Amino acid sequence: METLRASWFGFERSWAWYRRNWRATAVSSFLTPVLFLLALGVGFGSQVRSTELIGGVPYLQYLAPALVVVTAVQGATFESTYPIMAQFMWQKSFIAMVSTPITPAQVLYSQVMWVGTQLTLRAVVFVGVAALLGAAAGPGILLAIPLAALAGLAFSAPLMAYSATLEKPDAFTNIFRFVLMPMTLFTGAFFPVSQLPDWLLPLVWLTPAWHGIELARGATFGTLDLLPALGHIAYLGVLVVVGVVLGVKFFHRRLAV
Amino acid sequence: MENLVEAKALTKHFGTFEAVRGIDVEVRRGEAFGFLGPNGAGKSSTMRMISCVSGRTGGELRVLGMDPEVDGPRIRARLGVVPQLDNLDTELTVRQNLQIYGRYFGMSRARCREKAEELLEFAQLADRAEHEVEPLSGGMKRRLTIARSLVNEPELLLLDEPTTGLDPQARHLLWDRLFRLKQDGVTLIITTHYMDEAEQLCDRLVVMDGGRIAAEGSPGELIGRYSTREVLELRFPPGAEKPDLGRFAERVEVLPDRLLLYTGDGEQALAKVHEHGVQPVQSLVRRSSLEDVFLRLTGRTLVD
Repeated sequence: METLRASWFGFERSWAWYRRNWRATAVSSFLTPVLFLLALGVGFGSQVRSTELIGGVPYLQYLAPALVVVTAVQGATFESTYPIMAQFMWQKSFIAMVSTPITPAQVLYSQVMWVGTQLTLRAVVFVGVAALLGAAAGPGILLAIPLAALAGLAFSAPLMAYSATLEKPDAFTNIFRFVLMPMTLFTGAFFPVSQLPDWLLPLVWLTPAWHGIELARGATFGTLDLLPALGHIAYLGVLVVVGVVLGVKFFHRRLAV
Repeated sequence: MENLVEAKALTKHFGTFEAVRGIDVEVRRGEAFGFLGPNGAGKSSTMRMISCVSGRTGGELRVLGMDPEVDGPRIRARLGVVPQLDNLDTELTVRQNLQIYGRYFGMSRARCREKAEELLEFAQLADRAEHEVEPLSGGMKRRLTIARSLVNEPELLLLDEPTTGLDPQARHLLWDRLFRLKQDGVTLIITTHYMDEAEQLCDRLVVMDGGRIAAEGSPGELIGRYSTREVLELRFPPGAEKPDLGRFAERVEVLPDRLLLYTGDGEQALAKVHEHGVQPVQSLVRRSSLEDVFLRLTGRTLVD
């Protein structure tokens, strides 16, 4: 209870910052995913013939729930890299927080809460826009919101832990290029992963994006079976827990010196 | 008298590096206590242990009567910490910085608003309340950092190099604020490598060097114990051979560009030096300071 309270105060700081600065982040967090939906869903999608493989639905509707997840995973990547490092090294706001009753672990929890909230916000806006564009196949797409946030956190938590170990931001560029980029393109958002060579599939199954996309799309079209659904959720949940456990360790190592 | 901090044989290691090598310290309620020493003396490491952020490697430590290992958050709730490097939220306003920090201590929003108002006055920043922190001057940021550290009405305020990097006017303004706190009964612990700051602010201090305590006492006591009343400084041209003037003073320190003659009467010593036919480029008679104490104890000057 005390932990939750202390983490909430850390969350309030992020929220105060966001209220002043959200305009600066609006383009990347809201506009970019919508442009993706317009270009690939509405534009490119008009030239794509619906097939059995994508469930016989219009491409725009096929794409929408997956893009909710991709948006969340991308947001998670941004929010768990530079802003985390900044608060250790440049702004030093984490350093300030641990001079108060707040502990390093509670600092981490506050950030997980904050990223989770932001991802949910982004997903809500995205689903709203998708509905306006006729990209929502049905009310099931609402379930994509929490599922996308979960998939985002499953990537965010381990990444935050990793960011807490770095002294300079150089590694982030490689994460964007060699992890985020392929995870965006090749985990089933734009085409079914069955089109990929078999040897690549185990790698795809490791990504939180693939599990998130399977869940979000399945929920939207009502094609989700209970057992696989639980499996996906469990895998994402484990990633969150492992990330948080490592995060607590690394935040403590970084802040309690 | 009640001790707010008690350390016995306190050590701190970072890997194989021994930052603090067994120090004994007692800080009494209501006093201003100083750690004086050059960079790397172990002052900041000691401060981080006292502020219950960094764990100790060995020895004993009690802060406000509690063990930081066990009761860290409870102790921190009653401390104020002014770090060496400002860590304000530069993209938030001056007022928000105070209010949000108050929330970290679990204070109600109403109480935070009230306290922020009061501290804006204290820090002489009321007219900047709605400004972002980033463009403020170094002195203003420092005052805000100190104001922020007072949000929880701490019993013990820890200031790590509070005036490093400030111009003289900003320093004096800050000292004035710290005096005021002392008057109000707040216990202060200050680290500094400025001897004038230590002399101005501290009732009692320890001189630290290489992770150990070299001496302890009030500024006056330390000067009395380790130095003479006055010092005659003689400056010679660079590279010139310096005469042996040992017979004119109790002690002579040879610095690269100067000779320091420690004596009870500086003017008299100067007259004798002149009689002897020695012609320094410049001469100065002054009172002994903590700088001289440090030089005596370590053979080095404080600020290199």
